[in-house]
Amino acid sequence: MTKEEADNGRDDMVIDVPGQANAVPDGFNANYLRIYYGKLFPHADMFKWMSYGNDGKHPGCDKSYFGRREFSFTLENDIYIRFQSFNSVTELENSIKEKCPFKIDIGPVYSVDPAKRHAYAQSGDNVFTPVERELVFDIDISDYDDVRYCCTGADVCLECWPLMTIAIKVIDTSLRDDFGFNHILWVYSGRRGVHCWVCDGKARRLTNEQRAAIADYFHVYKGNENSQKKISLPGLVLHPFLARSYTEVLKGFFEAKLLPNQNLLASEERYEKILEMIPDASVASELRRRWQENKRASMSKDDINIVRWEQLKSILQSGKQKMQGLRRCVEEIVFSYTYPRLDMEVSRHMNHLLKAPFCVHPKTGRVCVPIDPNNCDEFDPTTVPTLSQLLEEQNRGGLRQDAENEWDRTSLGESVAFFRTSFLQPLLKSCKEEIENSYNAKLQQSKNDLSW
Amino acid sequence: MEVFQSHRKSSSNNVFVSILPFYRSAPPLEVRLEDFEFFAMDRLRVLKGISDGLCRGKKPEEMEKLVVDLWKANMRHPQAVEEVNKDIISHFVLRLVYCRTEELRKWFLSMETTLFRHRFRLESSEAQRALMSEFKLPYKAVSNAEFESVKDKLGQVARSMGQNLPAADAIFYKVPFEEVPDLVSGRRVFIHKGHAYVAMNQVVSLVVTQFRSYISKALILTNRKWTSTIREQEKDRLTPIVEALCTSYLGPDYSQPQEFGEISIKDIDQVAKTSFPLCMRHLFEKVKEDHHLKHGGRMQLGLFLKGVGLKLDDALAFWKAEFAPKVSAERFDKEYAYNIRHNYGREGKRTDYTPYSCQKIISVTLGIGDHHGCPYRHFSEENLRAALVRMGVSSRAVEDVMDKVHNRHYQLACTLTFEAVHGSSYDAGINHPNQYFIDSQRVLQSKNGSVA
Repeated sequence: MTKEEADNGRDDMVIDVPGQANAVPDGFNANYLRIYYGKLFPHADMFKWMSYGNDGKHPGCDKSYFGRREFSFTLENDIYIRFQSFNSVTELENSIKEKCPFKIDIGPVYSVDPAKRHAYAQSGDNVFTPVERELVFDIDISDYDDVRYCCTGADVCLECWPLMTIAIKVIDTSLRDDFGFNHILWVYSGRRGVHCWVCDGKARRLTNEQRAAIADYFHVYKGNENSQKKISLPGLVLHPFLARSYTEVLKGFFEAKLLPNQNLLASEERYEKILEMIPDASVASELRRRWQENKRASMSKDDINIVRWEQLKSILQSGKQKMQGLRRCVEEIVFSYTYPRLDMEVSRHMNHLLKAPFCVHPKTGRVCVPIDPNNCDEFDPTTVPTLSQLLEEQNRGGLRQDAENEWDRTSLGESVAFFRTSFLQPLLKSCKEEIENSYNAKLQQSKNDLSW
Repeated sequence: MEVFQSHRKSSSNNVFVSILPFYRSAPPLEVRLEDFEFFAMDRLRVLKGISDGLCRGKKPEEMEKLVVDLWKANMRHPQAVEEVNKDIISHFVLRLVYCRTEELRKWFLSMETTLFRHRFRLESSEAQRALMSEFKLPYKAVSNAEFESVKDKLGQVARSMGQNLPAADAIFYKVPFEEVPDLVSGRRVFIHKGHAYVAMNQVVSLVVTQFRSYISKALILTNRKWTSTIREQEKDRLTPIVEALCTSYLGPDYSQPQEFGEISIKDIDQVAKTSFPLCMRHLFEKVKEDHHLKHGGRMQLGLFLKGVGLKLDDALAFWKAEFAPKVSAERFDKEYAYNIRHNYGREGKRTDYTPYSCQKIISVTLGIGDHHGCPYRHFSEENLRAALVRMGVSSRAVEDVMDKVHNRHYQLACTLTFEAVHGSSYDAGINHPNQYFIDSQRVLQSKNGSVA
């Protein structure tokens, strides 16, 4: 991104002269955000989403629905305001434009307008309590620091990002095939992870207990720095969900990509971590011995990691191994390196706040854009549009009159279009049907009640 | 009656199939007041037996047998109709008893659920299915065709839990996954498109969950009704019975001396001072003073001493010695020894000569010259105060004790006395003089490092 001294520090960014004068320096600040919220942030789409079809057009609509949703804003200087609510798209838009929040979080839909919560008790009959909330998941690559050697902490690169890709595949497939959910939105978190929003009516109405059950269903990796064995797969065979995840996603990824890219067996330090997971000390020693001898010899032209992995597999999976713990050892190793590591707390409670899509991440300047789960292999976090990039594009595109929306002049247009066609429209269609059906059912019910 | 009609099933020889009620509504039956109390006590024995079993860490198979034994011992009736009546009536009476505090509700809920779980498991699968449809659970049995199509997956799930493959005619139920969070959580079911395939043995936990949730709500409602109307309305009839049932004595009978093994004659004087409850102290002092006790007193004290660990020979020697000034040795052997041996099960039929519980002692009617019974009930206020002071109870504590006495809470009064005398709190509440003795010895031993 080129920087032009002429443009440094100038507030007025919109210049109709094409070329260098449109360049916008990298950064994240209130001025940039003001323009972003003014012209690019898709307020109307967010409103339509959050309304779930309750736009007042059908008599069965709940006009109070949108107004009962909690938003929270993090302002400049870390000022945090909760329980924001709005009764219309205009109110939402104006508030965002006026306050210019550095981060917007979305909370649950409550039983009453959050602004009126103090009038209601916390228990008893008249309560202020969440009544609907999307089923959400949060996966953060820093939870995988023990299995990626290319980056640590907040960094992410194309070598380790695929861990997120396979997490999406495993969870998305299960949400659709196992749980029967259809309206699922995956979003880049802006820096080092992904969020998942499951928006089906059934999902929004799940209780905390049911959310916890789903989170537990997905919970396989139970590690922290202190536990050696972080994945335990007892039983003679794997549960169909785990088996499918292994054969369709994890095994292939581990053997073809992760193993060689991260050199998991190439050095002693790294292969020891894998040998530690083998409960039979004699097997581990045998492998250790072989690999120590083999350190300098590179007889085959195949990647050393792959060669050693084949050796490991052939010992562990040979018919000779009778020991209980060894049966699933290979799978356990693969799972411990690749299986999704969810933040369980995020999913369990209805009142957990989660960052809104299309926000901009303060530390990276990147926009939280949707990810297509069917094409998640193609997603590249290093090329996600940044705030300054968008503003620059927006400057350049100043002469296009035919674009309906500002964002179509920028890279953001693609994301908004995707959001609309593959998520929002099908969701709204389904919501309308639900509202109609439920309304008709109620009418029928009251007719039945009146009849003799 | 509701429960009857839906379960009237008979096999070809018109034998009643056992019926497991869900206690949906209080039976519109007329119940005799004695049955009201006795039915409840029998059921309470079952529940307390279950509680005991659980505390001792019995495994599920052992619990199942225990439940069967307890039910047979306390609730069986040759006529099935009568058995069901007793079952239902006793449950509803105990609801009144156990709805009154959070702790009581928790205990009752836990025991009734355990009881129900084991009884449900013992039913035939036909009966189980009938019960499930009675409960209006949204479970559909899986058709043969569908079973064939998912059989492999069901097998995988079973084997992943270390179980056998389902039989060809195994019954499975298709249930929305939201209904079975526990099973989802533990990956103990195959889920597809939002439906969980639940095996018959897992169905038990579903039904039990429904039962538990229903009873939990019912208890809250019962409590409201109790506090608002029933308790007052019934204050002369049912209320005293209900309140007594809670503390009614169903515990160990102390007929076999326990921890502290045997007490010999020379120990009695000492332990009488430190560890006898007031009722026994009084009798003991009276024996020493009058060299005689009437029959009621001899029984109450004599059985107590047996429970404390006094062996037959020592007992005979004790009574003989105490009576000596008034009763010659020959006359003693002729008129008193037989009864004492009888108490120790050495004469005639070995019946129920177990040391009396507080409830029994409190309820006696005293004649002239009787010194047994419960001093908290039977003594005049003046005498009681004096006796407490002699026991070493502080004047402040005496007031608390008298307060209980005025409210006719005699066992609580005795408990407070225990606390005052021993300087330690006694959470359980005194139900039996031998319990007082044992716990007193425990406290003293832990203080002095020896049995006082």
